[in-house]
Amino acid sequence: MDIQIRNIHKGFGSFPALAGVDLDIASGELIALLGPSGSGKTTLLRTIAGLEFPDTGQILFGGEDTVALPVQQRRVGFVFQHYALFRHMTILENVAFGLRVRPRHERPSDKDIKRKAAELLDLVQLGGLEARYPTQLSGGQRQRVALARALAIEPRVLLLDEPFGALDAKVRKDLRRWLRELHDKTGYTTIFVTHDQEEALELADRVVVMSRGRIEQVGSTDEVYENPATPFVFDFLGNTNILPGEVREHHIYVNGGPQPIADTAGHEPGPIDIYVRPIDLRIADAGVPSFDVDVLSTQRTGPVVRCEARAVTSGAVIEIELPHLHHDVPALKAGARVPLRLSNFSVFARGKPISRQALPDVVANAPAEYRERARAG
Amino acid sequence: MNRPVDHTLQDPPKLPFEPLIQKNAVITEARWVRVSLTAAALIFLLGFLLMPLIAVFVEALRNGIGAYFEAIVEDDAMAAIRLTLTVSLIAVPLNLVFGVIAAWAITKHSFRFKQLLITLIDLPFSVSPVVSGLIYVLIFGAQGWAGPWMSEHEFKVLFAVPGIVLATTFVTFPFIARELIPLMQAQGTDDEQAALSLGANGWQVFWRVTLPNIRWGLLYGVLLCNARAMGEFGAVSVVSGHIRGLTNTMPLHVEILYNEYNFSAAFAVASLLAMLALLTLGLKSLLEWRHGNELAATRRH
Amino acid sequence: MPGFGLTLGYTIFYLCLIVLIPLAGVFVKAAGLGFDGIWQVVSSPRVYSALRLSFGAAAIAATINAVFGLLVAWVFVRYDFFGKKLLDATIDLPFALPTAVAGIALTALYSGNGWIGQFLEPLGIKVAFTPLGVILAMTFIGLPFVVRTVQPVLEEAEKELEEAAASLGATRWQTITQVILPTILPALLTGYALSFARAVGEYGSVIFIAGNLPLKSEIAPLLIIIKLEEFDYAGATAVAAIMLVLSFLLLLIINLLQGWSRTRSGARA
Repeated sequence: MDIQIRNIHKGFGSFPALAGVDLDIASGELIALLGPSGSGKTTLLRTIAGLEFPDTGQILFGGEDTVALPVQQRRVGFVFQHYALFRHMTILENVAFGLRVRPRHERPSDKDIKRKAAELLDLVQLGGLEARYPTQLSGGQRQRVALARALAIEPRVLLLDEPFGALDAKVRKDLRRWLRELHDKTGYTTIFVTHDQEEALELADRVVVMSRGRIEQVGSTDEVYENPATPFVFDFLGNTNILPGEVREHHIYVNGGPQPIADTAGHEPGPIDIYVRPIDLRIADAGVPSFDVDVLSTQRTGPVVRCEARAVTSGAVIEIELPHLHHDVPALKAGARVPLRLSNFSVFARGKPISRQALPDVVANAPAEYRERARAG
Repeated sequence: MNRPVDHTLQDPPKLPFEPLIQKNAVITEARWVRVSLTAAALIFLLGFLLMPLIAVFVEALRNGIGAYFEAIVEDDAMAAIRLTLTVSLIAVPLNLVFGVIAAWAITKHSFRFKQLLITLIDLPFSVSPVVSGLIYVLIFGAQGWAGPWMSEHEFKVLFAVPGIVLATTFVTFPFIARELIPLMQAQGTDDEQAALSLGANGWQVFWRVTLPNIRWGLLYGVLLCNARAMGEFGAVSVVSGHIRGLTNTMPLHVEILYNEYNFSAAFAVASLLAMLALLTLGLKSLLEWRHGNELAATRRH
Repeated sequence: MPGFGLTLGYTIFYLCLIVLIPLAGVFVKAAGLGFDGIWQVVSSPRVYSALRLSFGAAAIAATINAVFGLLVAWVFVRYDFFGKKLLDATIDLPFALPTAVAGIALTALYSGNGWIGQFLEPLGIKVAFTPLGVILAMTFIGLPFVVRTVQPVLEEAEKELEEAAASLGATRWQTITQVILPTILPALLTGYALSFARAVGEYGSVIFIAGNLPLKSEIAPLLIIIKLEEFDYAGATAVAAIMLVLSFLLLLIINLLQGWSRTRSGARA
């Protein structure tokens, strides 16, 4: 089932939880809503489910507007963060619940309900545990029961709220892989909420990065990571160094740098911030555009070497991260002055706060065009 | 890293309030259901709980304010008031000391049969007040175990103040311990252990650490204990002998006046007890609102 | 922690002195009567009907309280209305109001010329001085038990459970009956048992409104007092022993229910 979200606004009192959200989701896609707490991602998910009602806007399931449809009739499979399993029912009864509460003329026979529930428990690899109660299961098992229960109503869309939030790291990894497999097998359109960028990037077909009630960027996992549309997206997806710089005569300079480090891609002349990840900094060979830093300290933690350095001209303190066997590592001794180059970076106009006033409404599925506009400031 | 301070990058303010459940149409009922359920509950509460209270005061003032005060300052009524105060002044401190000591023993130590001990302390709650009185009659009565010895030494328990005190102590026995045990269980022993490690002795730990931690819960327990002690009727009725001016507590005096068809006087004395109940409820609610987190989670008597 | 021996010793000593030894006295005395002796007392029509009234009326009163207590708890937890905090405090009124006061007040209200009784009498409903009055008084004193047991459980019930049920297609009525009620059932039963236990032994609020007609509206605790006044200690003890055994049984059931309640509403799932 494809889903279109059109200009959704939703406020709690004076607090705007969603401030104009547009999003198109193709049938069978696995979408991550990624953002910090308070970004509106869970509110968006609950609005799609019909657990919250938008102040304005439309939510179309396969072209049909569902905003007026109560949650009972929306046929969404919702998996809650803490699973919300019914404690007084066995696992089988939990999974069967959605079928049992159907109006009599739509309800399958008792035998069919049981068979269907058992099949679903097999699908989530919990066959044989039908008679257990939720309290007798591990967290990962409960998660899968919740999923089976949501699938039982043959939902038009599967919605998961922080599906791995309450699990420990090891279980989380296994379950993530398993969920991806399950999605590929069943083909349900799936939207999940997470604040963990690694989870989003690993699992999703496309990632929707949200901040303060708006969509910052929509794109494939590579797209949002390699070409972040806004400083917020860049910052949220990993460690970030910010170097002050400027655009002059079609070239990008690090502040105080003698030579340009790159050509512009159509930036207006003026002050800029250069965003670069610690792993995208390397020692420059002679003749390559570079800027000098003084190494302050170097420390190895496991397989990674972290180095703190200060840009000679601008005084900006930056972090460099390298594999500990990298050939640059020996040169990064405290007190040394080394030339650095940027292997990958993003440029954002300075002094334009990432506010809802400054950002145009996100046009979904138009990331390239949008990025151009955002960069142009 | 020297990040430019950009306030817009920081987390947005928390929600100014938790969205009320009523605002969430998904998990509440239709408006007409809410309104009619609320109305039904309110009518039931007002008609069933509050009407008797109002009736007490209306009946008490039926013959005018003069008759009202006359009924209260009359000798037998004053004697009843004095006796009720005396009895609760003895019974409440007895149970206060016991409650604190029992709670200390139970919550600060671990031992076998702890749950059994707690159940036994609760026992008087599930004994009919009349039976609570009867058990003392069986001991101290003329046919009782201690009866003959008592009459020989001219020491009266039954149909005298000691019997009333005993019966009152029995029925109010669990109140304070019951309030303190869950509270002190929740608080654990970390504070006390810290104080001991700093060199305080047992008494100092109790007075300076434990007592300040439980003071509101203790006050709460005393309040409820006192209300019950002053209002107890069944148990006291069995052991008192109803001797006017001597062994008549306020509730018994109400009964006597009522049975003599002296209704307005009965309700006048009853109104004093009703005011005590209102005062207790008021203070109790005040404690719950002000110090709710310092009171035990289970609140039921 | 210091003071273990002293405090535990005192606790047990005082417990024995005030509670256990006197209570044991009833059983020693009852044992002296023998099974036949007790049976003789209990099987007399007057005692039998008094016990039946006490337990029967208490069961009816507790049932009424379960229904209305649940209603009141539900309304106070789920809905907002003017004066809620103040009214919430008055729910405890039957705990705080001395039973004798409650008794005469209820009688004044429900007797034939009382505020409420005058409207019921023409309808052929006599409350005061009938078993109906006994049920009424028992309902009055038992209400807070149900409300105060159900209220906290209802407050802690996860809203997500209801949302989950709704998202699976359950109507509001199905959600309430199949999800919420089973969750609070143990608490409701506990409240029922507490309310029942209190009502069975209740004396002060009942005797004024009951009329105390032998074989009709005479409750068991009153019969104990009557037997004492007739110096029939054996008879009084027999009735008391029966009541004690039954209330200890209730206490056991209440404890089991509370354990069940904890396991059901305890660990999150």
